[in-house]
Amino acid sequence: MTADLQYSHPLDLHPFLLATDEHEEERSCQEDRQQAVVIMAEVEETLKRIQTHKGVIGTIVVNAEGIPIRTTLDNSTTVQYAGLLHQLTMKARSTVRDIDPQNDLTFLRIRSKKHEIMVAPDKEFLLIIIQNPNE
Amino acid sequence: MPVLNKATLKSKQGSNVHYQKAPAAAKPSKAASKKKDEEDGVDLGDGGDEWTQGKTIKPPDQLQLSQAELKEEFTKILTVNNPHAPKNIVRYSFKERSYKTISGVDQMAVHFALDGNLLHQDSDEARRQRAKQGQVEEKVAVDAEVQEDEDKPDTPATGGGEPGEDGGEADGEDRPDSVVSRTYTKEQKATNQFNFSERASQTLNNPLRDRACQAEPPPRCNFSATVDQGEIYEAYAEELQKQEKEKQKAAPPKKDEDKGKRKATLTETRSDDISKLATVAKIAERLVNQNTFDDIAQDFKYFEDASDEFRGQEGTLLPLWKFQYDKVQRLSVTALCWNQKYSDLFAVGMGSYEFSRQGQGMLLFYSLKNCSFPEYVYPTDCGIMCLDIHERLTYLVAVGFYDGCVAVYNLMEEDEQLQPAYKSTATTGKHMDPVWQVRWQKDDMDNNHNFYSVSSDGRVVSWTLVKNELRFTDIITLSLEGPASDGTPDAVQQHITACGRSLDFHKQIDRLFLVGTEEGKVHMCSNYSSQFLETYAAHSMAVDAVKWNHFHPKVFITCSFDCTVKIWNHNINTPMLTFDLSAPVGDVAWSPYSSTVFAAVTSDGRVHIFDLSINKYEAICQQRVVPKKKTRLTHIEFNPVYPIIIVGDHRGYVTSLKLSPNLRKKPKEKKGQELPKGPEVEVAKMEKILVHAH
Repeated sequence: MTADLQYSHPLDLHPFLLATDEHEEERSCQEDRQQAVVIMAEVEETLKRIQTHKGVIGTIVVNAEGIPIRTTLDNSTTVQYAGLLHQLTMKARSTVRDIDPQNDLTFLRIRSKKHEIMVAPDKEFLLIIIQNPNE
Repeated sequence: MPVLNKATLKSKQGSNVHYQKAPAAAKPSKAASKKKDEEDGVDLGDGGDEWTQGKTIKPPDQLQLSQAELKEEFTKILTVNNPHAPKNIVRYSFKERSYKTISGVDQMAVHFALDGNLLHQDSDEARRQRAKQGQVEEKVAVDAEVQEDEDKPDTPATGGGEPGEDGGEADGEDRPDSVVSRTYTKEQKATNQFNFSERASQTLNNPLRDRACQAEPPPRCNFSATVDQGEIYEAYAEELQKQEKEKQKAAPPKKDEDKGKRKATLTETRSDDISKLATVAKIAERLVNQNTFDDIAQDFKYFEDASDEFRGQEGTLLPLWKFQYDKVQRLSVTALCWNQKYSDLFAVGMGSYEFSRQGQGMLLFYSLKNCSFPEYVYPTDCGIMCLDIHERLTYLVAVGFYDGCVAVYNLMEEDEQLQPAYKSTATTGKHMDPVWQVRWQKDDMDNNHNFYSVSSDGRVVSWTLVKNELRFTDIITLSLEGPASDGTPDAVQQHITACGRSLDFHKQIDRLFLVGTEEGKVHMCSNYSSQFLETYAAHSMAVDAVKWNHFHPKVFITCSFDCTVKIWNHNINTPMLTFDLSAPVGDVAWSPYSSTVFAAVTSDGRVHIFDLSINKYEAICQQRVVPKKKTRLTHIEFNPVYPIIIVGDHRGYVTSLKLSPNLRKKPKEKKGQELPKGPEVEVAKMEKILVHAH
């Protein structure tokens, strides 16, 4: 007895739509959109978790031009952090890549007396977290 | 020149007049004699002068001469020779290539020269001047005749040269002065002899106009950048990607083109705001966690319990991270498995052992780098009872459920519904009872992945992943009385089937596997035969876990709820070693680094670690690892790389512990002997123990 397993596929829900190609496309695009929504939700959740983590003072998301998109600190501080750290990250990144072009910067930690600033760069974004590790 | 006597000579100019003395006169005395002459001259002049009265004053260095010498007469000759003219001029003669004296030297001395302004009357200049002045009458008349006579031969010559102008002007002049005027005008006209005429014409010059136009300058912007190696590399990498994309676009059939286009337009509307932050956010979370749990991370990496030296044989377990997930409500840890490839990733299966409390389950993946939140979460409808991660393709996870289904999750697929890639259903041969163990096996002949499952319904089933399906094959059916044939379903139903509880494949020999049953028996079976190769009466209660030794090919271990752990040699029907742990044993595991070390967890919350090479009868570590009493430990797993273990309990927590050095002892090297490494050593170690055990 051989069994054919039908693993769940979105098209299974509407078998009579198999005939047309367009709908199939729409389905897959909807999937992409749904996926995008899900990913965004995950990212939001992760950011929320980071913000509520022990000792975290603030979180800033900066875009490629150095403009903060999202922050939990006040405006002036945010702008200051964003501007300064953006430049520093670019410098650090170019240093790493200059030494070995196949290498890339993963993250940057700056530990000071009062707290620690962590910068995680991306192609388009920059995530800055300020945490007090001694709490 | 007259020869003068020196006495009569008076020279105002002094030295200008030169005396040629007789050669007898000595030259050195020339100077003195000159002076003397001057003085004599002066002396002689004394007679005439008024102010030189008195005696003659003789200078102290005056030459003293005798009277005879004084009276001597000297002859003076005046010559024409210029005393200042050089006597020996030498010229270089190129012919003879040497310097030769010139014999004739100019002796003329010009004393005075004065330029006069007299002209000879016959010279040209004189004539011109006369003509200008117009000197007339006698001299002029006389001279004019003379001049005319002289001019006449001139004029015919010049007349030819001055045709028109001359004649015209001459005629126009006054007649009486014709002679003079003629000469005058003739003299005045100093035209040249050549026939020179100039003819010039000028064309009309067009007036110049300036016409210019200026276009608007193109917009400019300043661009500056610094280039370093990294940017050059990036540019090249992008180029390469573009080229590859183009190649790919060219390759696929035209059918996909339309789809591709439409997809492109629709994907642009996708919000790319923060969704790209996923990896970055993950890294950030790990950073934050690393800070918070910094001491744990340091301990994990570097801490080695120094007090082990003083403790003798015993060791301890250092608690590290504790993993818990908030959304897990009252579920127990039912399965643990480390990922072979990423040694910090492990899978936790959540379910429930209680019959009455069956509900949802969860499949979680944790990383040691982030203990506050799992990496992957898969909620399931039914409680998970067991799981296994594929050895090579570590993204494939086989899961067995309480309701008898098996499923395979693919971690690489991004499925928003978090559904498994493959799942068995009621029609496709799922088990009737909970699946207690799943194990991946090597790919079969057609390179399809396959895994085995054992369940309480007594079946050992092999599942093969073929394209989109999960095909099952019954390997063996456990029966109480004896081996059952894999024949018709009728025959199977007649026998009483035993309930399988655990399954483990031999590490080296693929086809050989062990099955533990709920009746307490352990059967050794093979893929190819439907009959048991061997049966061991192992325990009085269900055999919870059966595990082959990682190194020794003949040794396996079993544990059971009857509080015992037994070690077997598969050739012998009775256990080699038995340990009583005074509490139901949930799970047992061999260590990956030593063939004689194993760990067991019990329901009283304790972890027991044994090292048979050190102590064959007692555990070298018995430690409670959970804070609350009455927490039953359900599973234990050794990390393949790091010296840590993870322990799951029935409350749903997973604790990680670090093994102290005493628990990780390698055999001591004898002095002077090199320590042999490798699994052979482990095998030999085990052999020694087995020999001694009997």
